[in-house]
Amino acid sequence: MIGFISRRLVQSVFVMLAVGLIAFGMFRYVGDPINNMVGQDTTLEQRAALRKQLGLDDPFIVQYARFMGNAAQGDFGVSYRQRRPVSELIQSRMPATLELSFISALMALCLGIPMGIYTALRRNGVLSRAFMTISLIGISLPTFLIGILMILFFGVMLRWLPSFGRGEVVQLGWWSTGLLTRSGWQSLIMPAFTLALFQMTLIMRLVRAEMLEVLQTDFIKFARARGLTERMINFRHALKNTLVPVITITGLQLGAIIAFSIITETVFQWPGMGLLFIQSIGSVDIPVMAAYLLLIAFFFVIINLIVDLLYFVVDPRLRIQKT
Amino acid sequence: MTQNAEQARSATTASPGLLARAYQSDLFYSFIHSPTAIISAIVAIAIIIGAVFAPLIAPHDPFNLATLDLLDANLPPIWNPEGDARFLLGTDDQGRDLLSTIMYGSRISLLVGFASVLFSLIIGVSLGLISGYVGGRTDSIIMRIADVQLSFPAILIALLIDGIARGLLPRDLHDTLALYVLIFAIGISGWVQYARTVRGATMVERNKEYVQAARLIGIRPFTILRRHILPNVMGPVLVIATIHLAIAIITEATLSFLGVGIPPTTPSLGTLIRIGNSYLFSGEWWISIFPGVTLVLLALSVNLLGDWLRDALNPKLR
Amino acid sequence: MALLDIQDLHIEFSSRRGNVVAIQNVSLTLAKGEILGVVGESGAGKSTIGNAVIGLLEPPGKMTQGQVLLDGQRIDQLPAHALRKVRGRRIGMTFQDPLTSLDPLQTIEQQLVETMQVHLDLNAHQARQRAIELLDSVGIDQPELRLGQYPHQFSGGMRQRVVIALALCCEPEVIIADEPTTALDVSIQAQILDLLRSLCKEKQVGMIIITHDMGVIAEITDRVAVLYRGKLVEEGATRQILGQPQHLYTKSLISAVPRADIKLRRFPMVTYIEDVQAPADTSGADEAAGWLRQRRDFGAKSGQPLVQVEDLSMRFVLRNSFIPSRRITMEAVKHVSFALQEGEVFGLVGESGSGKSTIARLIAGLYSPSQGRVSFDGVNVSMLNDRKTLNAFRRQIQMVFQDPFSSLNPRMRILDIVAEPIRFHGLAATEAEVRRIVAGLLDYVGLGERALLRFPHEFSGGQRQRICIARALATRPRFLICDEPTSALDVSIQAQILNLLKDLQEELGLTMLFISHDLPVIRQMCDRVGVMRHGELLEVAPTETLFAEPEHEYTRHLLSLMPSMDYLSREGLEVVER
Repeated sequence: MIGFISRRLVQSVFVMLAVGLIAFGMFRYVGDPINNMVGQDTTLEQRAALRKQLGLDDPFIVQYARFMGNAAQGDFGVSYRQRRPVSELIQSRMPATLELSFISALMALCLGIPMGIYTALRRNGVLSRAFMTISLIGISLPTFLIGILMILFFGVMLRWLPSFGRGEVVQLGWWSTGLLTRSGWQSLIMPAFTLALFQMTLIMRLVRAEMLEVLQTDFIKFARARGLTERMINFRHALKNTLVPVITITGLQLGAIIAFSIITETVFQWPGMGLLFIQSIGSVDIPVMAAYLLLIAFFFVIINLIVDLLYFVVDPRLRIQKT
Repeated sequence: MTQNAEQARSATTASPGLLARAYQSDLFYSFIHSPTAIISAIVAIAIIIGAVFAPLIAPHDPFNLATLDLLDANLPPIWNPEGDARFLLGTDDQGRDLLSTIMYGSRISLLVGFASVLFSLIIGVSLGLISGYVGGRTDSIIMRIADVQLSFPAILIALLIDGIARGLLPRDLHDTLALYVLIFAIGISGWVQYARTVRGATMVERNKEYVQAARLIGIRPFTILRRHILPNVMGPVLVIATIHLAIAIITEATLSFLGVGIPPTTPSLGTLIRIGNSYLFSGEWWISIFPGVTLVLLALSVNLLGDWLRDALNPKLR
Repeated sequence: MALLDIQDLHIEFSSRRGNVVAIQNVSLTLAKGEILGVVGESGAGKSTIGNAVIGLLEPPGKMTQGQVLLDGQRIDQLPAHALRKVRGRRIGMTFQDPLTSLDPLQTIEQQLVETMQVHLDLNAHQARQRAIELLDSVGIDQPELRLGQYPHQFSGGMRQRVVIALALCCEPEVIIADEPTTALDVSIQAQILDLLRSLCKEKQVGMIIITHDMGVIAEITDRVAVLYRGKLVEEGATRQILGQPQHLYTKSLISAVPRADIKLRRFPMVTYIEDVQAPADTSGADEAAGWLRQRRDFGAKSGQPLVQVEDLSMRFVLRNSFIPSRRITMEAVKHVSFALQEGEVFGLVGESGSGKSTIARLIAGLYSPSQGRVSFDGVNVSMLNDRKTLNAFRRQIQMVFQDPFSSLNPRMRILDIVAEPIRFHGLAATEAEVRRIVAGLLDYVGLGERALLRFPHEFSGGQRQRICIARALATRPRFLICDEPTSALDVSIQAQILNLLKDLQEELGLTMLFISHDLPVIRQMCDRVGVMRHGELLEVAPTETLFAEPEHEYTRHLLSLMPSMDYLSREGLEVVER
């Protein structure tokens, strides 16, 4: 068990370092940091002095180490475009993205898994076919189009929900939450659903496919031969065996939600990290891009670690070695 | 018993050729009997024909600046009283005929879609074959890289590559090369699926006895991969490719919509939707909706075909 | 009144190519405490009968006619919920593979208790007590401890005992065992069969054993029913049927069973199975035989053994780690030495995991040994680097593998499969010559020229194995390794293939290494035998000596496990005079 955890931890550190390398590479070699920081009329000597001061002439490893060290402490430099420390920018935007992602993930799981189970158990029912059709549309409609259509329908035509922004927020320390106000929730529904739809259909299809396979296995056949009820077979044996392999992929998918929020935030003008990232790409604001990259990698690595641990806990074949 | 031998000897010496086998196969049978497969194939082919033959059959040339007139901008479709007979589906903000632009735009979307899938496929299948067959250190390294890349959703990688390209190239060069940057970005972000699947299948095939028989003859590893293993692992690759095609098309549209894909001078479907987004609320809905519908139809038919293919190739579900 | 009465059963499967009749007019009866064997080859429909009785026939299968009566009561037309109550409570069933029969995520206790609580009115504590008793009765020691364990913590034989316990836990009247010992090792097989027999007699349960293994039938069944292509061919008391079979198919089936008690010159030609006909025109075969005899020598030295294995060891790394002490390795072969003379047939026998297949692959050059060496005609071939010598060596030694379904590339035509070695080694000058040679080889192994342009899936298991033999002969080898070449084949097909191999060996003077876990087969085929266990070569002796006076204790143990089949009919067999 210890071996398993330590192996995963080492792998995670490795991933962070690799991502850090890419981020640093971007930082240092795409465009000239100095040119982006100073005005037109700075003299050559001043630029040279600045280079020295920032340590831009030091060897690669030293600069990389310094970059990673700073990153670990949350210091990502200053945004080229907005002239503010990147960490400040990110901090102000993070709560919006995280809340949106969390609610979306919850929606995707709570709707996707039951739908998947239902369509696997009642393969040919009317409701099943309806679900499958919805799922097909869900993976054929790009997220941004869903968002646009929702705004058009619920925002413009019916005027039930606000189309932009986050609504009223309440400040709790450095975290600003929209979950405590009515307008906050109203603004959250459409973006959350838009974001959740794609993931929800993926999860649903995955659960369905996996469950159908499990229902064909020998131990299910043996359970039937023993006269167990359909309910016991479906929910005690089939379901558990379905969920175990589904856990890993679901974890990855949910991690992807944080990245997909880029699209949703753009459509709904949701003031999160994603919108920040898109804007930074347009204006080639490297420090923001690098910081976002590292942060996302970090979230992913944490989620992966949790998922792996969960897998370990749930599957006795990993937990208990053969005697 | 001699009767059987007589019959056997008079039968044809050869198995039926490729086309005949395809016609008699289970795959073709399930295709003919699946109405959704037939309809989606028709829709997909219609859009593809429209895209491929756009220069020949589109009513206007939307990229010829000389023929554009800004006064024609934002005209509604033909069934609207203010519509113009010249422009069946209306015009966009530059005065371009929407129908023609959609056809040319589909062209770009399909080009990016197919090219990036091909790119991913070639890289992914090659790495998967090598990784699965050779094993050992090479396998570990390739799989590590795959793991690292899997830590990111494809769209993020595509965004990143585009961002880096934007930073490295001057603006106009970037616009001209946008197509290739996009193909590269989406292609790179997708190879891992192929590699993993092919690696798994290769490891299974590698232990099969016909591969061992080939090694026993003395055949070199590269030939074994090409002649024996590759044909037998391509099945699941095909299914992944169709799903990936739909995803690639949608990813390109998303990137263009976000403003980091194909520029508006030669717009793809996604770019068109972006352009039309700002006019949605003033009531000029057609600039976004028609490209949107085309995009959805395309993705839907590709997905349906992929679904049918997967079910048809899966022996267990019959 | 019979306990179980199957009357005029008729089962059809509908597919897009029309209706396939799987079972036709089958009637069977089973009495209390009786063990009925249902024997047949693959595709005969035996499992289908079992599934139909317990109501688990999978669509598109349908019972179109007939009745199944349990204790006089009709059960085949019961509604779903009533049928469910019968399953497990009155009729139990076990399946072939114990590994996949148990839910990997639930403990043994959970699976036992839930089954009992569905059918019997017990509270949790009572159920648990009963579970402990059950595990004890099937021979699992420390039942209290093992209750809380998961399936993967049990070995194959133990798992099958758990499966049997699960089938018996609600005291059913009938048990259907579908291939209960096929997936198990020879020594475990005997134990499980003993267990089944004692449980059956003790509890007066009626048992149907479905199997293709004549040894199992001979060992424990009271009565036997012989199935051929969905039809019941013969039925009666086991001793009667096996000793004096009446039907032609039964006769040919029994004559094809390899015997341990006698030695035959050849297996009888099984004429009932229309698999292969001897081609009328044998000119192609003769030409091939002539071609095959022209071998190029490989540094020949007379008087020396052709193949010599010295102190061979092979270690596999099961789990790699940077820290040497944490690596898990397995010694598959430990310091094995033996030598083969030219023209001899050497047998290697042992249970699964004994290392015999590994040795085969080491000799063939597919693996590199961790230690020791393999010499062919005096040349050390385990560390060959020179491409030319390596290729020459490869031509001399070829292999026939076990699984006919994975030894041919499904996407290549037969012509290309057999021609591959010829083309690679440049053994023919033109493409036309290649085709002629391949056609001749196919004639030689009993297939026709019409096989040339076909694909593997169009052939049966036995025919595929013939193609493999043709491919192996294509480089004109002097040494042929046969790794369990007939283990995956039906008994009657096995006889044909073994005959073919015998004929080849005699005609071409091949040296053969014959690997099997089946002692009777070894006896029929080999001149000398080596016995292996856990990677070690325990005993080497001429075949007759080994069977008459075995030296090593393990050899004696293996010999004792062979089912006694002396009373089997010897009609139609060519027995070799001692």
